[in-house]
Amino acid sequence: MAKIEIISPLPGIFYRSPSPESDAFVQEGDQVSSQTVVGLIEVMKQFSELTADHQGTLIEFCVSDSSAVEPGQVIALVETKE
Amino acid sequence: MQFSQHKLLIANRGEIAVRIINAAQQLGIPTIAICSEADRLSLPSLLADEVEVIGASRADQSYLNADLVIETAKRLGATAIHPGYGFLSENADFAEAVEQAGMIFVGPDAATIRQMGDKACARTTAQAAGVPVVPGSDGEIDSIEEALTAAQTIGYPLLIKASAGGGGRGIRIAHNKEELVKEITIAQSEAKAAFGSGAVYLERFIKSARHIEVQILGDGKQAIHLYERECSLQRRRQKVFEEAPSPALSDAIREQLCATAAKLANTLNYKGAGTLEFLFDAETEEFFFIEMNTRIQVEHPVSEMITGVNIVEWMIKIALGEPLTLCQDEINIHGCAIEMRINAEDPSKGFFPSPGRISALHWPVNEGVRIDTHVFDGYTIPPYYDSLIAKLIVHDVSRELAFERALKSLKQTRIEGIKTTLPLHRLLLQDPAVQSGDFDTETLEVWLKEHSHRLADKEKAHASTAD
Repeated sequence: MAKIEIISPLPGIFYRSPSPESDAFVQEGDQVSSQTVVGLIEVMKQFSELTADHQGTLIEFCVSDSSAVEPGQVIALVETKE
Repeated sequence: MQFSQHKLLIANRGEIAVRIINAAQQLGIPTIAICSEADRLSLPSLLADEVEVIGASRADQSYLNADLVIETAKRLGATAIHPGYGFLSENADFAEAVEQAGMIFVGPDAATIRQMGDKACARTTAQAAGVPVVPGSDGEIDSIEEALTAAQTIGYPLLIKASAGGGGRGIRIAHNKEELVKEITIAQSEAKAAFGSGAVYLERFIKSARHIEVQILGDGKQAIHLYERECSLQRRRQKVFEEAPSPALSDAIREQLCATAAKLANTLNYKGAGTLEFLFDAETEEFFFIEMNTRIQVEHPVSEMITGVNIVEWMIKIALGEPLTLCQDEINIHGCAIEMRINAEDPSKGFFPSPGRISALHWPVNEGVRIDTHVFDGYTIPPYYDSLIAKLIVHDVSRELAFERALKSLKQTRIEGIKTTLPLHRLLLQDPAVQSGDFDTETLEVWLKEHSHRLADKEKAHASTAD
């Protein structure tokens, strides 16, 4: 078991869902794979997907929905089996 | 007229806030800058007479929060609010609320914003004023007979568009009667499958369309035009490079287009600065009204450069009650002006945003060069707003000389610490098609695909010479 940090490579605003009306991409406790989209980062009106990059359980989001993030900031934690 | 009893609040940020503050100060009007947390250390907040941080960095919690803007304006004793472009500038409810709060909205009244902000309504208004719109079936087509009748007035080739479609989806083309009969049935069933509604309409297909727009200035009694701007060079429907006048128009067509635009503005009793956008069919030399922007536009400087009219100053003066004393006869085109939008984006990486700190900055200082910007050496560009950081505008007596001046100015410009669209403009200015004015609204997208390697190479070449 290892805890891996999902880090924002960009400054901007982090969103947990594709639009305000829709459900979150993932919930805490969900299984994720490396391609799983966990959120969007909005930088200068452009949206980039943030993927889990690891297989495991997303145990915690470290920032709240729609909040400002800095590059290098930890967005969420994934627990892997290795 | 004395304006010193007034106080203008600028409900915007960035280069346009700087532009408006400068214009107001020139008129002797005290200014209030409002800003978000992220813009606390910005040029507008340094230049304005008063500054108020109104909310968090996200635009919906600051610049887009109409109630907060109005409440702040009232509390600080503002008599007028200039909305700039974007944000609340075309929000009719906001314009109305400003007036209801006893202040002046620098722009047309809420009714005009509503009327021209609705595309269908704007189209009907234009048609009623005798202004040509893109020929099409007014409303949906239900039968083949109906389609054939409509096609007679629209002409071929034409587009069959799904009413529920958008962004280029659900469009088929018909070059003649036979194709129309065949395609319309397919289009209807496709639209039904894709969008849940089989409703389609017809529209003239313009193979090579240019985006040409006419600048309008009115005081509610009379409106004049300040000639046109050529804005066809676009990426993802965003203008990149603009010029005035358009190299595509003959003198006769220019006069006809601009007079038509002024006529429409006069039927609206238009008050303030506005822009009428047209599609120009370069093959047939026909122009068609598409929409109106009831605000100042990013690319207004090219019109100011060729006519000598200070549009932003006039907007403010008109809003504060001064009549428009300019006559149409006095407005002439002097030379040619070009605007290059400098965005904090990386052209070698698909125009990915590049916010961050500017570590070195040098602008060209030359006659005929104007820089509209809010950035300075050491400024950190926040990631929350659009990527426009500066407009490099040049003016000269001819288009050829303006291109030369533009290239020279670009070579003298240095922006370090972030990626910008400067390399794109360097290539565009040296492109034979751009130089000869031979382009339409599709040109730049195609050009970017063909030149992506050169944008990447350019980057490398530039990095090595800088070492």
